[in-house]
Amino acid sequence: MSRLRQSLPPDRVLTSRAATTSFESDGLTAYREKPGVIVLVESTSEVVDVVKLCHEFGVPFVARGSGTSLSGGSLPIANGVVISLNRLNKIIDYSAEQRTITVEPGFINLEVSKHVAGDRLYYSPDPSSGPVCTIGGNVAFNSGGAHCLKYGMTANHVLGIKAVLPDGEVVEFGGESLEHVGPDLCGMFVGSEGLFGVALEITLRVLPQPERFHTVLAAYDTLAGAGDAVAMIVASGLLPGAMEIMDRLAIEASEAAVHAGYPTTAAAALLVELEGPSEELDAEIPLLEQVIRDSGAYEVRVAANKEERSRIWVGRKCAFSAIGRLSPDYLVQDGVVPRTELGNALSAIEALSEQYGLRVANVFHAGDGNLHPLILFDGRIPGEFEQAEHLAGEILMMCLRLGGSITGEHGVGVEKIAYLPEMYTENEMNLMRLIRQAVDPAEIANRGKMLQASALGKGG
Amino acid sequence: MVVVEKPEELQELVRSQPRLRVTGGGTKPALSHSANASLAKLSGVRKYNPAEFTFTAMAGTRIDEVETILAERQQYLPFEPPFSASGATLGGTVAAGLSGSGRLRFGGVRDFLLGAKIVTGEGISVATGSQVVKNAAGFDLPKLMVGGQGCYGVMTELTFKVFPKPQHSATVVFEAETVGQAVALLRKLAGSGLDLAALDLDADNRLWARVCGFRSAVLRRTERVRQSAPTPGRILTDDEDAQFWNDCQEFRWLPDGRDLVKVAITPKCIEKLALLLPHVARRFSVGGNLAWIGWPTGENPAQLRHVLCELECPGLFVTGTPSTPYVGPRVDNLFAQRLRAAIDPHGKFAVS
Ligand SMILES: Cc1cc2nc3c(=O)[nH]c(=O)nc-3n(C[C@H](O)[C@H](O)[C@H](O)COP(=O)(O)OP(=O)(O)OC[C@H]3O[C@@H](n4cnc5c(N)ncnc54)[C@H](O)[C@@H]3O)c2cc1C
Repeated sequence: MSRLRQSLPPDRVLTSRAATTSFESDGLTAYREKPGVIVLVESTSEVVDVVKLCHEFGVPFVARGSGTSLSGGSLPIANGVVISLNRLNKIIDYSAEQRTITVEPGFINLEVSKHVAGDRLYYSPDPSSGPVCTIGGNVAFNSGGAHCLKYGMTANHVLGIKAVLPDGEVVEFGGESLEHVGPDLCGMFVGSEGLFGVALEITLRVLPQPERFHTVLAAYDTLAGAGDAVAMIVASGLLPGAMEIMDRLAIEASEAAVHAGYPTTAAAALLVELEGPSEELDAEIPLLEQVIRDSGAYEVRVAANKEERSRIWVGRKCAFSAIGRLSPDYLVQDGVVPRTELGNALSAIEALSEQYGLRVANVFHAGDGNLHPLILFDGRIPGEFEQAEHLAGEILMMCLRLGGSITGEHGVGVEKIAYLPEMYTENEMNLMRLIRQAVDPAEIANRGKMLQASALGKGG
Repeated sequence: MVVVEKPEELQELVRSQPRLRVTGGGTKPALSHSANASLAKLSGVRKYNPAEFTFTAMAGTRIDEVETILAERQQYLPFEPPFSASGATLGGTVAAGLSGSGRLRFGGVRDFLLGAKIVTGEGISVATGSQVVKNAAGFDLPKLMVGGQGCYGVMTELTFKVFPKPQHSATVVFEAETVGQAVALLRKLAGSGLDLAALDLDADNRLWARVCGFRSAVLRRTERVRQSAPTPGRILTDDEDAQFWNDCQEFRWLPDGRDLVKVAITPKCIEKLALLLPHVARRFSVGGNLAWIGWPTGENPAQLRHVLCELECPGLFVTGTPSTPYVGPRVDNLFAQRLRAAIDPHGKFAVS
């Protein structure tokens, strides 16, 4: 502590309860923990100094961006250090010609697209939390968004990383090229949930803005019907930029919040967006129309202009926060199923919801089979949170039975830590633990996330 | 050379041997010339669900075999894996980390690999990644296999995602006076909304721009590409288009007596590279992000190393038999070493 105080001004080393309360939780509000100290860093060299100190004294640390993690990834460690990176939000380098931008980890996701828009470029990964979440957090979780179908998630857009390892060593991987030589260390670092240290500088690629969009909202009278439509669109050979589904509950919530004009009588709405050169869309649109007609949609709306397109997207992107109006609390899962199993998975969720007597809203990235069931509950009613967690667990196990994954983009964090060994065998878990140990023997980087802390880590 | 036919045999081999380097199709001798085991017989597509747009195959499966099966369902691997017709395998392509010209639009081998079953340095079989197109659970170990040269585990089975194959393609070729002019046009095209499928620059300052999509759209888009230069380009015939990109995929432009070197570059390096290595066979691919260099076989690569270090562009010998495949700035670091220590504690997979 005293060493921390020596190296940083007092107003950036917070220990009082009043100052640390807002750091006790993240987007997964059901979990709370009291941190020992919050450090508000303002330069990458300060991050390195803090990490070195933590290493020297064996104190665990958590890097924190905006704290929007939905899996408890940025939950503090009891009496540990929270390295708050929000002030590290500068652009280090931007080349429109090269279509690359290098930012500090606290840079906000949506600000990337805003910054490069003048050059008709954009940053593709677009989590709904884009206006607040940081690129560092995105890197840690390999965050996705609605537009991952065609161009992939964060890992597909990070070209280079400079990071400080848990012992204070600074390393660099990748660079500005789309290509690399040697193992893809950058790809390996992305999605490691903070267990390999702290990303200090991140080089992203930005893409030319599509010339034209075609955004369609189709209404279905069953949820499975919308799920099947997704499989039909994929099978038709079309490659939309986005394919999203919202069920009745999600539509209701979103309509009450922003009035985006979703079909409130529908059991499910399917949002499909084509993007690309104008001539290509001329050819794709009739095909999409045909497939949607054949899929049994009873109402189809096409965004006539930019304003209508953005209204449709507002309706989709606000869904999580809108659900907050329907229920005092909710848990959100993000398991993945094979796309051809979407209809089955959705029926299974409906059945589970009835069985548990808890409402479940669905709003998700249908194009890549990434479910987002939001389980509504009231934490003030004794036992209801446990029931909701139980239901969430059953959904994850269902995803695994169908050959999928327990998380598509929100990460394991603390929330799904018990389910990782359900997805991977003991051999796989062991290898991950060995890797963790080789990189961070004292387990000081984000201890207790993704992998259970070992006896050593717990004691340290 | 031991010929491995089953994953269990490979596990046994790893446990019993002090050192294990494997080869697949042998199309990349710079990386496999010291191999003591062949995985060419560890082959076959295990699972292909066209509606899912994913497939799982043994690591020794030939790419062209996979491409044929995918083509029957109008699907493909958009990154156009190099040396496909010459017998490259899935595992070799991943280990070498090689992607072809088609990488420009949707990404490279790293972006299409979803899961990898590997054997660790202790002979343990581990299934990393997943079988679905999106997965954020656990460390993304498949990424480590890409370009890992077999040092991070030996792959036995791989799962990829695939994309719908475009109905039609067409190519425009532009002739520039100087490298500088060619690079300027390359930048303009790559930064436009024209959504090119490939964009390569050859040593004669000819720029090849490919458009893929629906037939009716491709014809109109190609015309727009053609007009986007001060001196409009020429549209290739359908046969020329197929032939040109197929020749790229197989490196038929590479003169005899040259070893192929891959270099990760950015467009700003092109002019310097051309200036510093004036008489060397070369191609700049993927919109100026990838250089292929033909280095005279047997010639000391010191000059190449020097140039690449100066430009800070790492390189990798793909063919030939250099003592080490790496050339140019060092790509190894502490993080990589620690990962190797965990996966291969006895250093059995080390590149000589
Ligand atoms: C309303 C809402 C909508 C959301 N929508 C989406 C969505 O569509 N898609 C999606 O993928 N996610 C979504 N999320 C989840 C969340 O926003 C993402 O996981 C995001 O990437 C977290 O960013 P953050 O800055 O808040 O990170 P934090 O929550 O602060 O941290 C997340 C993790 O990253 C680690 N970390 C942070 N910075 C660094 C760094 N520099 N180096 C190493 N590790 C670091 C932390 O230790 C922690 O483990 C949503 C969340 C909310 C609340």
